[in-house]
Amino acid sequence: MLQADLTIILPEIILSIYAMLALVAAVYTGKDKAAPMLVWITSALFVVLAVWIGMNGEGSTEAFGGMFIEDAFSRFGKVTILLSAAAVLVMSQDYMHRRGLLRFEYPLLVALAVVGMMVMVSSGDLMTLYMGLELQSLSLYVIASLRRESAKSTEAGLKYFVLGALSSGLLLYGASLVYGFSGTTLFAGIIEAAQGDYLPLGMLFGLVFMASGFAFKVSAVPFHMWTPDVYEGAPTPITAFFATAPKVAAMGLFARVMHDAFGGMVGDWQQIVALLAVLSMFLGAIAAIGQRDIKRLMAYSSIAHMGYALMGLAAGTAFGVQAMLVYMAIYVTMNIGTFAFILSMEKDGQPVTSIDSLNLLARAEPGKALAMLVLLFSLAGVPPLVGFFGKFYVLRAAYDAGLVWLAVAGVVASVIGAFYYLRIVYFMYFGEESEGLDGGKSAMLSGFLMASAAIMLIGIVNLFGIETPAAMAAAQLVN
Amino acid sequence: MIGIEHYLTVAATLFVIGIFGLFLNRKNVIVLLMSIELMLLSVNINFVAFSSFLGDLVGQVFTLFVLTVAAAEAAIGLAILVCFFRNRGTIAVEDVNVMKG
Repeated sequence: MLQADLTIILPEIILSIYAMLALVAAVYTGKDKAAPMLVWITSALFVVLAVWIGMNGEGSTEAFGGMFIEDAFSRFGKVTILLSAAAVLVMSQDYMHRRGLLRFEYPLLVALAVVGMMVMVSSGDLMTLYMGLELQSLSLYVIASLRRESAKSTEAGLKYFVLGALSSGLLLYGASLVYGFSGTTLFAGIIEAAQGDYLPLGMLFGLVFMASGFAFKVSAVPFHMWTPDVYEGAPTPITAFFATAPKVAAMGLFARVMHDAFGGMVGDWQQIVALLAVLSMFLGAIAAIGQRDIKRLMAYSSIAHMGYALMGLAAGTAFGVQAMLVYMAIYVTMNIGTFAFILSMEKDGQPVTSIDSLNLLARAEPGKALAMLVLLFSLAGVPPLVGFFGKFYVLRAAYDAGLVWLAVAGVVASVIGAFYYLRIVYFMYFGEESEGLDGGKSAMLSGFLMASAAIMLIGIVNLFGIETPAAMAAAQLVN
Repeated sequence: MIGIEHYLTVAATLFVIGIFGLFLNRKNVIVLLMSIELMLLSVNINFVAFSSFLGDLVGQVFTLFVLTVAAAEAAIGLAILVCFFRNRGTIAVEDVNVMKG
């Protein structure tokens, strides 16, 4: 019995034991000299685990009496999380090394955060949910302030910590109410208690508190205040990490709880999620217009994208969850490419994040500018790039579920949002003469940028067959 | 007779005090950490009250997890605060303003 349970969570166990052993080993041997090697080992381990999880599992199994669920949904989430985390780690190596930031804790904290995220997407109990979420959040607080001697980075860490702890508190208060009014912490038990027309007020309060906690973690409006500051203050590779894997995990957890635990009260949470979605899309689109710092701009862009992903969840159907998963996978791929570009922006060896520095980049580096153009068009959702299909998917899910107003709002917000993406393209191709960027010749970063742009073009054919696993995942979650 | 409602009221009051402490506090960051702790502990009261009311031990197990995580959270919060203090020489909330958000 125990053996079977342990076999199911073997990937998580392997990763956490690796992180702890490597931490001790690095302290006793080379310290920061071991960091480059640890980055490679950690990302290799991520890729191996992703392949293993992707190839191995089938069907849906539960461990520890339903506290840990291994199904197609969790596998989809885990593979996306592991691969994006591996990509970000490999990308960040050179940048951090040159700025003396490559401490050995960095890859290991990322590994621990990834363990937390893997637990989040397969949680089947309020306790598993909380422990996974906190393991992820605590690691992220630390890596946000990794640049210890920088006022900006520590301030980012402090803000993230205070607001993150507040959101954990809200989530936990909601969890305690849900436990009290359903008598169990297992999702399978909660869904039985939360059926029918008459629901106790405490249950609804619990649902609202938990939803606001999740909204914080996915940075949906009105719980988005921390995002721009943390994105701006944290070192760029860490911003790239924040924008990818944790978003997938939080969105996966949101969907998991809403369908697995509150699947009997879709009508109640649908309105909440739809409101979060519409506010995020509009705020993300409008507030980004005034930004001159590309990291802040990407923060508002990610808020808007979370709005679209939440639109899929708001549909409350299996197709909606499928649309959300496809959207998240596309979003992560686009963001990895975009951040590869941002990481390569530098002048005299110093990182630059101002949009004005991109003036007439197309003359100096036509290939890079073209790849960035493809990515920006894809982020804006211009057909026929892959980003458009992601938006099309969630809009159709909302439309099919009878949320026509939400779909219309999504289209309007996407038109507004296109402005600031296209403005960057304008700067790159038709901007004014100014001192441009130099350096940034890293082959690794260019490789990621080109690969991501190529995926946005080639993926038009069949989205790399991502729809089928996403549909299976959604079907197993919503039943 | 003291019933479950009384415990829930106390917990809700403490939770609201914690949230107000976070938002209305203009003094220093240590008070923020205390407010966070207050929120987590009020949740613990909720869990223990429900656990005893339902005759179900799971709530108390949850409380132990929450306590452990709260300790780790406070440790990390203080560590970040120390780094912040070294850079800025202050821990006043109104000085956490290098970035405008």
